[in-house]
Amino acid sequence: MQIARDILTRSYRSMRTIRDFEERLHVEFATGDIPGFVHLYCGEEASGVGVCAHLTDTDTIASTHRGHGHCIAKGVGVDGMMAEIYGRRSGVCRGKGGSMHIADLSLGMLGANGIVGGGPPLICGAALSHKTLKDGAVAVAFYGDGASNEGSTLESLNLASVWKVPAVFVVEDNGYGEATGASYAVAGNQKDRAAGFGMPYFECDGNDFFSVYETAGEAIEHARKGNGPAMLHVHLARWYGHFEGDAMTYRAADEVAKLRAEHDCLVNFRRKVVGAGLLEDSDLDTIDTAVKDEIEAAVVAARKAPLPEDADLMKDVYVSY
Amino acid sequence: MTKKSFRQAINEALRQEMQRDPRVILMGEDVAGGRGGTSGVKDAWGGVLGVTKGLLTEFGEDRVLDTPISEASYIGAAAGAAATGLRPVAELMFVDFVGCCLDQIMNQAAKFRYMFGGKARTPLVIRAMYGAGFNAAAQHSQALYPLFTHIPGLKVVVPSSPYEAKGLLIEAIRDDDPVIFLENKVMYDDEEDVPDDPYTIPFGEANLTREGDDVTIVAFGRMVNFANQAADRLEKDGISCTVIDPRTTSPLDAATILDCVNETGRLVIVDESSPRCNMATDVAALVAEEAFDALKAPIRRVTPPHTPVPFATVLEKLYVPDVEKIEAAVRSVAAYRVKEEA
Ligand SMILES: Cc1ncc(C[n+]2csc(CCOP(=O)(O)OP(=O)(O)O)c2C)c(N)n1
Ligand SMILES: [Mg+2]
Repeated sequence: MQIARDILTRSYRSMRTIRDFEERLHVEFATGDIPGFVHLYCGEEASGVGVCAHLTDTDTIASTHRGHGHCIAKGVGVDGMMAEIYGRRSGVCRGKGGSMHIADLSLGMLGANGIVGGGPPLICGAALSHKTLKDGAVAVAFYGDGASNEGSTLESLNLASVWKVPAVFVVEDNGYGEATGASYAVAGNQKDRAAGFGMPYFECDGNDFFSVYETAGEAIEHARKGNGPAMLHVHLARWYGHFEGDAMTYRAADEVAKLRAEHDCLVNFRRKVVGAGLLEDSDLDTIDTAVKDEIEAAVVAARKAPLPEDADLMKDVYVSY
Repeated sequence: MTKKSFRQAINEALRQEMQRDPRVILMGEDVAGGRGGTSGVKDAWGGVLGVTKGLLTEFGEDRVLDTPISEASYIGAAAGAAATGLRPVAELMFVDFVGCCLDQIMNQAAKFRYMFGGKARTPLVIRAMYGAGFNAAAQHSQALYPLFTHIPGLKVVVPSSPYEAKGLLIEAIRDDDPVIFLENKVMYDDEEDVPDDPYTIPFGEANLTREGDDVTIVAFGRMVNFANQAADRLEKDGISCTVIDPRTTSPLDAATILDCVNETGRLVIVDESSPRCNMATDVAALVAEEAFDALKAPIRRVTPPHTPVPFATVLEKLYVPDVEKIEAAVRSVAAYRVKEEA
């Protein structure tokens, strides 16, 4: 597959940023300084990045409780995100939303979401906007295998097909919804669900950026051309607990170690691009260093950033009241 | 009598009722956890905060059912099962998720008996966590008991301590109507002496956690503890308070509230839910209507402001009623003097 060099470097940088952001949060959370619930996207980076590589700021995405990766992939800055997660006034949501509600509508990022299955209906609406306003954009719902069982998700698959809107439903199937395996909780399969709602089904390996990039490209093109919605089923795995603090007793002891050793999307990426002579190791090393500094700076800045002010409590409940 | 946490008290109530009555079943997301997992460990979670831990091991998979993430269907299934012979206790996890299944509660379970001319019984309990204080932000922190209280056909329980939780939950399970049982998530580690044997606390009977002459405080759930702390402080300055824990918002023990207000003539209501159409407005209306002549001061409500629950700690602290805010409200009504007519 031909992929422009700048897409490769941008995508690698994005995946590396997500990885370092999340690994750092894992460490920082353990210090007790980060409030609230934090769900890490480590191990799943290639999915968000491979999909968002096909999107511009006009395109819309809706994310989940595990939203940091989607935010970064859609271009939300790590400084504002880190500050938000620390509950600071300089955060993207001014410290009012936290990890589970990071959003930036100016970038087409309709929000992480604390409600499982909250995103797919919103994406039907975003896709309707794009169709009605004829802006050529698509709307993408990211949701988990667990969320695929919500009525809101299944209704959205139907609605998007009925309306023939440019929506893409990206099922990030990491095999678990909290502590419950998808093999127990998901009846039938995603492929038949797509077929049942009359939309094409695409499937890819979420540990491999190129697999995601290629299939996401097809699914998004289908929607963008006005052919109605599509489903993209990404097989991947999460490396940490459901949320920080989860001891993961429901997973085999060596499961995560194996994933890290054998299915690391960053390692896979490097092997492929360097092997094919598309990029040099040194190109990637330079990105690694830059990202490391960027994350460090984001944490230092977030820790120092001012807290929200008392008056902020009452602000922004309404536009006008 | 043993010291037990709020969490243990609830777990024990569930266990004892499941032992007593084979029709009592549990269902919810990860109430056991671990199904389909690669370790083979069952009961891996026992609920997100470990409240139902161990119940799967004791009662098996036919009575402790992990559900897909599908609130509309399993909460509805619990209502349907309740109407047809089982006595389900369904866990909604965070009460905020009621947005996904309100129809099954509001239009189905709550209305069966009335719509069907008294011919249905729906012995359903829905447990859920509520409340701010966890930095869980706007979609995981609401105190939605007024929403349920508003709906005829539902009973609503807001326990204020481990002892209360056990007795009220057993009562809820034995009750033949749909009951919403709301647990403040910040209280799970609170401990107190709780009897080992099963016991019940009747609905609609308020508990006076202290009695005083000057001001009546009506508080709900976690706010009962804050009200008692405020009352301790005020006592030192010679302001003595009655603190009423109504225990259930539906039914509401109006008689006890009115009796107390008739004695003190001053009322402060502490409610962690959003201020419009909440329990504070409900109790204020009751007193304004039924005890107008007894009032020596305006009724004061201590509630959060009319905003979603904010994430940042500083804002969340500002949002939730606390001991200081209650103390200030009580002082203001205690100091209030009715102006003589000119
Ligand atoms: C409506 C609703 N139900 C339940 C939850 C609690 N919850 C949060 S994340 C989660 C699991 C989601 O699983 P999945 O969709 O597979 O996403 P993953 O966590 O694996 O990324 C659950 C049950 C919620 N936030 N919202
Ligand atoms: Mg999942």
